[in-house]
Amino acid sequence: MQYLPNILFALVLILGIGFFVMNIRKLSRNIKLGKDVNRTDKKPERLKNMIKIALGQSKMVKRPLSGFLHIVVYVGFIIINIEVLEIIIDGLFGSHRIFSGVLGDTFYGFLIGFFEVLAALVFIAVVVFWLRRNISNIKRFLSKEMKGWPKNDGNIILYFEMVLMTLFLVMNATDIHFQEAGIGNPISQFIAPFFDGFSPESVHTIERSAWWIHILGILAFLNYLYYSKHLHILLAFPNTYFANLNPKGQFTNLESVTNEVKLMMDPDADPYAAPPEGEEEAVPEKFGASDVTDLNWVQLLNAYTCTECGRCTSSCPANLTGKELSPRKIMMDTRDRLEEVGRNIDANKGTFVDDGKQLLNDYISPEELWACTSCNACVEECPVNIDPLSIIMDMRRYLVMEESAAPQELNMMMTNIENNGAPWQYNQQDRLNWANEE
Amino acid sequence: MIVPTMADMMAQGKQPEVLFWVGAAGSYDDRAKKISRAFVKILHQANVDFAVLGTEESSTGDAAKRAGNEFLFQMQAMMNIEVLNGYEVKKIVTCDPHSFNTLKNEYPSLGGKYEVFHHTQFIQNLISEGRLNIDDTSLKGKRVTFHDPCYLGRANEVYESPRALIKRLGVNLTEMKRNKSTALCCGAGGAQMFKDAEKGDKEINVLRTEDALETKPNIIATGCPYCNTMMTDGIKFKEKEAEVEVKDIAELIAEANKL
Repeated sequence: MQYLPNILFALVLILGIGFFVMNIRKLSRNIKLGKDVNRTDKKPERLKNMIKIALGQSKMVKRPLSGFLHIVVYVGFIIINIEVLEIIIDGLFGSHRIFSGVLGDTFYGFLIGFFEVLAALVFIAVVVFWLRRNISNIKRFLSKEMKGWPKNDGNIILYFEMVLMTLFLVMNATDIHFQEAGIGNPISQFIAPFFDGFSPESVHTIERSAWWIHILGILAFLNYLYYSKHLHILLAFPNTYFANLNPKGQFTNLESVTNEVKLMMDPDADPYAAPPEGEEEAVPEKFGASDVTDLNWVQLLNAYTCTECGRCTSSCPANLTGKELSPRKIMMDTRDRLEEVGRNIDANKGTFVDDGKQLLNDYISPEELWACTSCNACVEECPVNIDPLSIIMDMRRYLVMEESAAPQELNMMMTNIENNGAPWQYNQQDRLNWANEE
Repeated sequence: MIVPTMADMMAQGKQPEVLFWVGAAGSYDDRAKKISRAFVKILHQANVDFAVLGTEESSTGDAAKRAGNEFLFQMQAMMNIEVLNGYEVKKIVTCDPHSFNTLKNEYPSLGGKYEVFHHTQFIQNLISEGRLNIDDTSLKGKRVTFHDPCYLGRANEVYESPRALIKRLGVNLTEMKRNKSTALCCGAGGAQMFKDAEKGDKEINVLRTEDALETKPNIIATGCPYCNTMMTDGIKFKEKEAEVEVKDIAELIAEANKL
């Protein structure tokens, strides 16, 4: 019977991590539904980006207050993981504070003391985050797309963090031996007196409960990630690594179009030529994107990485002037639709069965897409290098090349380019008139 | 005004130092034509051996591409590349950040590889080579704010050359609260120039003009013919035409040098 807690602990750990791994595999399957794009070049530059932007948070601090608070929570979370390692070892082997013996009282005390301070700072930062989200009228948290689940999700994450930090401090405060040793309890020593009237047994019970709920909470939080915008704590790293390294103004030249255009412009090409013997007539490729499977895997990874902070939307000129477009909504819609496609595949034994829906129209309207000025403000703003503009452009391409559904004025502009070599209706022969007009 | 064409040059067996890509706005738009002329005056003053394509120039296809018409873009690109490569063009300069971006970034993978400069970069080079001087006395004391064109700034990270030139004018350069990488679009990019804006509660160019007016400028400097139009319209909307001018950097230099 004395091994029961250890067995129980191992079981919980296996279950918690197992379920997480299962969801991560689903995540990776969903991302691979996207088209291939080569992002394995320039490895040193990619690594540098990842270290600077994801690990170094260089783009977060462009907005100083939220940037600073974010760094507190981020550093706290990473460093406190050392404590989690101790909990796991203790849980599996029935030891108690195993690192104190290994590291020696002074260093261990310093470490735990440091964690306590961090935990308190994280708690304060998270409370400020909660106030910003719920009390102060910050426009980007009040947008239409933030109603319902996105808002609740944001708050749940904050509550989780508050509870986890509290449990960590309570766990230390009720550890009588630890308090008596007087090492590394700069915060918990002020919580300890609260339990003064309690019997030693109940203090011990509280300590054990806090310990258990803390580790169970961490496992629950781990598994919450997949269902939440909080997934960015993991995906920010691959996302910054695989981000586009070309100049922001450089849009892809669709290769499928290049082939068609070359054929059109080749005077020797026979438009009625049958495909060569033995070669199946290829299915014409779809131009642009109307659903998530037409996007590339980096765009889908972007969608899962988005943490809905809304910095993109708050810098979008179209959004700032009251238009329907919100780059954040583009990313959220893409993720929602991708999740829907994933569930469809799961329900139909691994194949997608047409559900009569797609990303275009069912999630994203043409009005949103046409409001974009392609100014790249959203791309510049994103703290983890998400590119909403590339999705907008791919969907515009579908609207124009597959559906001929551009706004009338754009059709006129394009006709002019085709006929006169300029977006306006002027004669190409007048192109040099400006030189003689003074 | 003498503006040699590549065809003339070829007939004389000459290859100019640089091709001036005028762009559709610079060729046809009444306001933008003034920018083209100002830039040519600068080229003449610096004795730059240049030529234009003239009637052989066609739309780069930028607007078609941003509107989503990749077919039309690539057809335009391939026709232009054929002409440019036919004349063995190596260096291109343009006053239009959209042409600049497309020629520089999107033409190479279709077979058009050139060294492409925005006119502010090119003028800056002329100065550092000692071929051009800017008179820093005639505009002295003017308050100037610079609006970053998205396709020059964020798209290609050219922030310094326009500012360096403005400083050489001897004027008082002030920055808007949104500047460089955080600059706000003028509202014309992504083919918006050619259509009405979607339903909203303000026009983007008006919002951007408000950014500019906060700096209390005498002159709003631009480096893009489309931004120029949008900011000029914004100033008219705000009824500030009497106090604030919108000028391309090339125009300011031509004016300062009394060209």
